[in-house]
Amino acid sequence: MTHSGGYNADARIRWQEWLPWLAALAAFFLLPEYLSLGARILIYILFALSLDLVLGYAGVITLGHSAFFGFGAYVAGILSAKLGISDPMLQLVAAALGAGLLGLGTGAIILRTSGLTLLMLTLAITSVCLEIANKATPVTGGADGLSGIVIAPILGSFKFDMFGKTAYLWCLVVLFGAWWLIRRLIYSPFGATLAGLRENGIRMHAIGAPVYRRLLIAYGLSAMFAGIAGALLTQTNQFVGLNVLGFEPAGELLVMLILGGVGRIYGAFIGPVVYLIAQDQLAKQFPEYWYLGIGAMLVVVVLFARGGLLGIADGLIARLRSKP
Amino acid sequence: MSIALETRGLCKSFGALTVAEKIDFRLDAGARHALIGPNGAGKTTFVNMLTGRLAPSSGQILMAGDDITALGQAARVKLGLGRTFQINSLFRNLSVLDNVALSVAERRGVGGRMWRPAGAYREIREESLSLLETLGIAGDAGVRVLDLPYGKQRLVEIAIALGLNPAVLLLDEPAAGVPSMESARILQVLDKLPEEIAILIIEHDMDLVFRFARRITVLVQGEVLCEGTPVEIAADKRVHQVYLGEGRHG
Amino acid sequence: MEAFLSSLVSVAFHGTAFGMILYVISVGLSVTMGLMGFANLAHGVFAMAGGYVMTTAMNRYGVPFPLALALAFLGVAAASVVLERLLYARLYNAGELEQVLFTIGLIFMSVAVARMIYGTLQQPVYLPEYLKGQFPLLGRDFPTYRVFLIVFSSLMIAALWFGVERTRWGAMVRAAVDNRPMAQSVGINTTQLFTLTFALGSGLAGLGGALGAEIISVQPTYPFEQLVYFLIVVSIGGLGSLRGPFIAALLIGLTDTACKYWLPQFGAFFIYIATIALLLWRPMGLFGRRA
Repeated sequence: MTHSGGYNADARIRWQEWLPWLAALAAFFLLPEYLSLGARILIYILFALSLDLVLGYAGVITLGHSAFFGFGAYVAGILSAKLGISDPMLQLVAAALGAGLLGLGTGAIILRTSGLTLLMLTLAITSVCLEIANKATPVTGGADGLSGIVIAPILGSFKFDMFGKTAYLWCLVVLFGAWWLIRRLIYSPFGATLAGLRENGIRMHAIGAPVYRRLLIAYGLSAMFAGIAGALLTQTNQFVGLNVLGFEPAGELLVMLILGGVGRIYGAFIGPVVYLIAQDQLAKQFPEYWYLGIGAMLVVVVLFARGGLLGIADGLIARLRSKP
Repeated sequence: MSIALETRGLCKSFGALTVAEKIDFRLDAGARHALIGPNGAGKTTFVNMLTGRLAPSSGQILMAGDDITALGQAARVKLGLGRTFQINSLFRNLSVLDNVALSVAERRGVGGRMWRPAGAYREIREESLSLLETLGIAGDAGVRVLDLPYGKQRLVEIAIALGLNPAVLLLDEPAAGVPSMESARILQVLDKLPEEIAILIIEHDMDLVFRFARRITVLVQGEVLCEGTPVEIAADKRVHQVYLGEGRHG
Repeated sequence: MEAFLSSLVSVAFHGTAFGMILYVISVGLSVTMGLMGFANLAHGVFAMAGGYVMTTAMNRYGVPFPLALALAFLGVAAASVVLERLLYARLYNAGELEQVLFTIGLIFMSVAVARMIYGTLQQPVYLPEYLKGQFPLLGRDFPTYRVFLIVFSSLMIAALWFGVERTRWGAMVRAAVDNRPMAQSVGINTTQLFTLTFALGSGLAGLGGALGAEIISVQPTYPFEQLVYFLIVVSIGGLGSLRGPFIAALLIGLTDTACKYWLPQFGAFFIYIATIALLLWRPMGLFGRRA
């Protein structure tokens, strides 16, 4: 069984599932120079989880998730730079609500379609958001981006230091909370429905499931988590630029997800870790070769290794087990 | 005898092409009814209209006396109308248990719950397992549907429909594609289905039809040719004409 | 009033030129998607490649303009045959997600290669003398090159439509778009048909990219930035249709030019909103048959 959830599954957290968190804490103490990369990884894991919810579990193919990521990022930035609200928790809540509502609104429109039309619409919606961010300079800072963002200390005491320590732990805590919620969702009957939708939408209709409503809820929740990830990015960098809304981050996110393995919670963990570390080490020296490599890797994975790294690992484990 | 499902003057055309012509059809409660006819007679179209997947051009569909013509698929399912598909329509990558549990959960109104783990809903697992038990495939509960032989997959197909606790069950060629050795099992399963369910099967396998059905409707080119008991249908000259040249199927 | 009418004519003219280029590039995408059911998001790569072939041939090797155009068409068509046989063909039966991922991978690769060879700035286009300047038409002066664009594109489009209506190849394409399994069972060699059609569509994209290098500048981010436009043309026009995308492309060309001229602060906003509205009203596009 390659995916989690369902009516036969044991939902208790297995000991292996605590390892990533231990590793993250260890990194905090052992690799203090890499904390900003670490925060970035944590943010992208959350972003990847949000996309996996809708893509890997419900089977909705979308290229438009950066709309929600960017929206959350801008909400957090605008709250601070334009409205003077610098409490990070308030910013997160606002970003979550805003992105979630945007997800519900756009989902209500586009989820009645499917296939290419749906994909097209997600691209169009992202383009609309990009245009608005680009042109509404007084609010969003336009092409120059939004700076002058101040993040107040968390709970009044934990100040965002310049070594990125607070940012890293903050992202870790938020990610943990989100992971816990998403994991509950996937193991719930609702999560089983999502798997059913991915496997066979027609049959879901035939058993009387309110398909559209379930998809809409999943889409809205997914948008909410993406928005939280975007807000975290703003809080970590204290800056929002147009690049949070572009196609390149959406494409990169897809690569991260595919790399790790779609439709599996931990695929969303492994993908960003491998991708961002590799990017940090390799891309600086050879940026063009990096993109060439990423593109080639996508092509190769699609043609030969569809389950991503976790899929390859599964295959290896299966082969080892079958040896007498 | 009360009427479980009924159509009055049901018609369907796609432009100039008429696929259903004033079909009057009655399915009694507890019925064992078969719908037969040559290929292209419009049988699956008829079933699609009954379930709400296809809207009729005119006419009425009634279930237990209530007009359901305007209702969507999900609403009809909630009223107790279940169906199986001619070509397996299963959740292939999920386990047999999950396949059935999905429909049981929907029926019990639990499918949308987001907090407690699905595995904690024991009633659902138990009901699903006992359903699989009556179909003889409880041992395969943890197996992925993709990995089952076709005959067993066909049984899962029926299990999903039964999970809805239907008052009316529409079976679209339950034995289609199943090797003849395994189709005996399908017949056994059909025989053991609860008495109260009204069952309509579409089939080409005449063996199965004549052993299972208590009433038969013959559909030709979208119109009802005749209806009656198996003995009457077997003796009807028009039916012979229609099937002339068509041997046994299945 | 004079001035308004004058700008109206100008917008109509430039919008038409833009629309025709969009069509020449996108028609291949429409047919490919309708014929092979394959969502080729990397279509813009072929257009970009055509642009680079032409500008490289002219700027670095002094190849005359007509020959450079022909090279753009043939070179891209030939390269696409290789790609189709080696890679695309393996994915015809794959799921949509795989196709999307694959084509995104192709986009990444080609963007990287373009940056490595040509750098990030747009390619300069040096038009031949006889196409520069103004051309008098109906008492007004229009840029000669744009007039040429409209005329040349119209000829290409007419040739294409004639080819699809009258030749055996065209009949096979229409049959296969309508009903692929049926077409196969009547003996149409779909493999060859796909390759040939793909090559033609990609070649046209290359030609369009080359012709339109003045309007849509040739730079490495081309496939990302223009993807939305091509997809809009195809979605609104209807997959597999030939006439539909033509109307759609003209509409997009005119609307985009009009918006950029009269409402520059809104940019392409209206186009996107209009697309969303249109696709919700008609998910199959204005003239589409299959989604």
